Amino acid sequence: MRAMVYRGPYKVRVEEKDVPPIEHPNDAIVRVTLAAICGSDLHLYHGMMPDTRVGMTFGHEFIGVVEQVGPSVRNLQPGDRVMVPFNIYCGSCYFCARGLYSNCHNVNPNATAVGGIYGYSHTCGGYDGGQAEYVRVPFADVGPSLIPDWMDDEDALLLTDALPTGYFGAQLGDISEGDTVVVFGAGPVGLFAAKSAWFMGAGRVIVIDHLEYRLEKARTFAHAETYNFTEYDDIVVHLKKATGYLGADVAIDAVGAEADGNFLQHVLAAKIKLQGGSPVALNWAIDSVRKGGTVSVMGAYGPIFSAVKFGDALNKGLTLRMNQCPVKRQWPRLFEHIRNGYLKPSDIVTHRIPLEHIAEGYHMFSAKLDNCIKPVIVPGAG
Amino acid sequence: MPYTADKPERPPTGEELRARIPGWGADLDPKDRPAVPRERFDPGASGAHWDFPERQEEKWPRERSIEHKILPPVFGTSCPPKGISGPLRQFAYRRYSEGRAAHWLLLIVADRVDAWESHLRSFLTLRPDNPVTESGVLSEFSRHGISSRFGRRRTDVKHQWMDPVIVGGPWVLAGGAAVAVLRAVRRRRRA
Ligand SMILES: NC(=O)c1ccc[n+]([C@@H]2O[C@H](COP(=O)([O-])OP(=O)(O)OC[C@H]3O[C@@H](n4cnc5c(N)ncnc54)[C@H](O)[C@@H]3O)[C@@H](O)[C@H]2O)c1
Ligand SMILES: [Zn+2]
Ligand SMILES: [Zn+2]
Repeated sequence: MRAMVYRGPYKVRVEEKDVPPIEHPNDAIVRVTLAAICGSDLHLYHGMMPDTRVGMTFGHEFIGVVEQVGPSVRNLQPGDRVMVPFNIYCGSCYFCARGLYSNCHNVNPNATAVGGIYGYSHTCGGYDGGQAEYVRVPFADVGPSLIPDWMDDEDALLLTDALPTGYFGAQLGDISEGDTVVVFGAGPVGLFAAKSAWFMGAGRVIVIDHLEYRLEKARTFAHAETYNFTEYDDIVVHLKKATGYLGADVAIDAVGAEADGNFLQHVLAAKIKLQGGSPVALNWAIDSVRKGGTVSVMGAYGPIFSAVKFGDALNKGLTLRMNQCPVKRQWPRLFEHIRNGYLKPSDIVTHRIPLEHIAEGYHMFSAKLDNCIKPVIVPGAG
Repeated sequence: MPYTADKPERPPTGEELRARIPGWGADLDPKDRPAVPRERFDPGASGAHWDFPERQEEKWPRERSIEHKILPPVFGTSCPPKGISGPLRQFAYRRYSEGRAAHWLLLIVADRVDAWESHLRSFLTLRPDNPVTESGVLSEFSRHGISSRFGRRRTDVKHQWMDPVIVGGPWVLAGGAAVAVLRAVRRRRRA
């Protein structure tokens, strides 16, 4: 089969690989029909995530058709069209039993602090991902769901990570009616978080980024008020002014490890790799939220320490909430919201790229060329 | 102003917002929010029909965190440890917990070693690494590299110039070194 393969920082190519075999009685093998590149993949692509091995296939957002199932699989059969959450989880450990699906203890030998994620380094379990023609899906009775007939494929694809993550981020903000919510980052996760903040009853939603074309999307897709942080000497002071010097009630970090805006922080984290991530946006969130407010962190950070302004968080009495998103828990409610016409997830898709051209796709998404917001990967195309 | 008891600004009413924004307030009640409460004890909810999953076969000694009591029953089998980076990784797992910086820094070092030994190994195959095609840099032409970057107040252009240096630099150096060695060999032959 054809599969994207990592060749070292900033380098990927498409190779011929064996179709993955069933390795466990509850495995399924899925033929991928659509995949996507996520902002999280950029952390791997830039060599920031420890134990990212040459030869690994990335991709944790994908949908497809069941090709083969292991002997203990009851809920799926060959031919089923499925959407697969980015989390790999057993459904039965201490954490899964409590709904913490993203924190499963039975799927990742490499780290106890991290659950299992498709195509996301050995630190997340050493599984090959879905930017390929076929992928092994462990715990087929637990993770995947049939794609409802009424749902568009690209909507189903966005439901495997970006949309539920943004929705989850808004929920962790504990938004009350009338709250002012500021979202850092206008990528897919930030756009969906901003949109979801309204569902929770926000009175005002502000989005911060430095990419004008993404802020434009935040205005049209997420009805948000936007500020480009490069236009202000100090975005924290600007946000104070914009909120009558109170600060926002809730701040959401949808940027993560490669945050821009402070050259030194970015270079230390993204180029020299001496920090788990550049916490520029996280620190802005901590400093711009009001005292007693909540910071919800959806942006991903590596396992090494980051220079976070903890003292400010303490002195302000903030609540910090965060996790990898337990995707499947969000589905029933999001399905309703999509059916009710509250949002159309695929509105944020900007590019559709054949798997064979994925190296260009990574470069374009990483360098933010051609007004790219969300690139979809199509195996088997041209 | 925060100097008195009221919120500085009065938000628009629910009616106004509902009229303007599709779905406004649909999840106003925390009971409708699927992530609330965070923990909900309900082992039957996941679809798992086992108390503990059957164990996947361990085909090579699987490196694992010393914070794990047992090898978890299911794990990824991509890219077993190999070359010089392999023992480095195995050592990081065997010796240091996830709580230690040395664990992660060793793994990062192993990643860099892995990349270079893989590049070298690729030269013994029919498909050597090609930094031009693999970096996707040709999309600079098809995807408007210049107009996407300049005159747009983007702040990442301040460090993007480093990327080609990071990616291409070592190749240029390695190429230069190879040429120098060849020349030296030729000179010695002639002498
Ligand atoms: N917690 C989870 O479950 C989960 C799931 C998916 C993604 N993520 C993480 O969410 C983050 C965003 O993902 P994405 O796909 O939207 O990525 P993305 O790279 O497309 O978006 C990030 C955006 O942040 C902007 N940005 C950079 N520095 C900023 C700053 N200082 N302030 C404001 N904006 C800034 C960038 O210009 C970009 O538009 C990533 O870190 C990703 O790893 C987490
Ligand atoms: Zn992701
Ligand atoms: Zn589990």
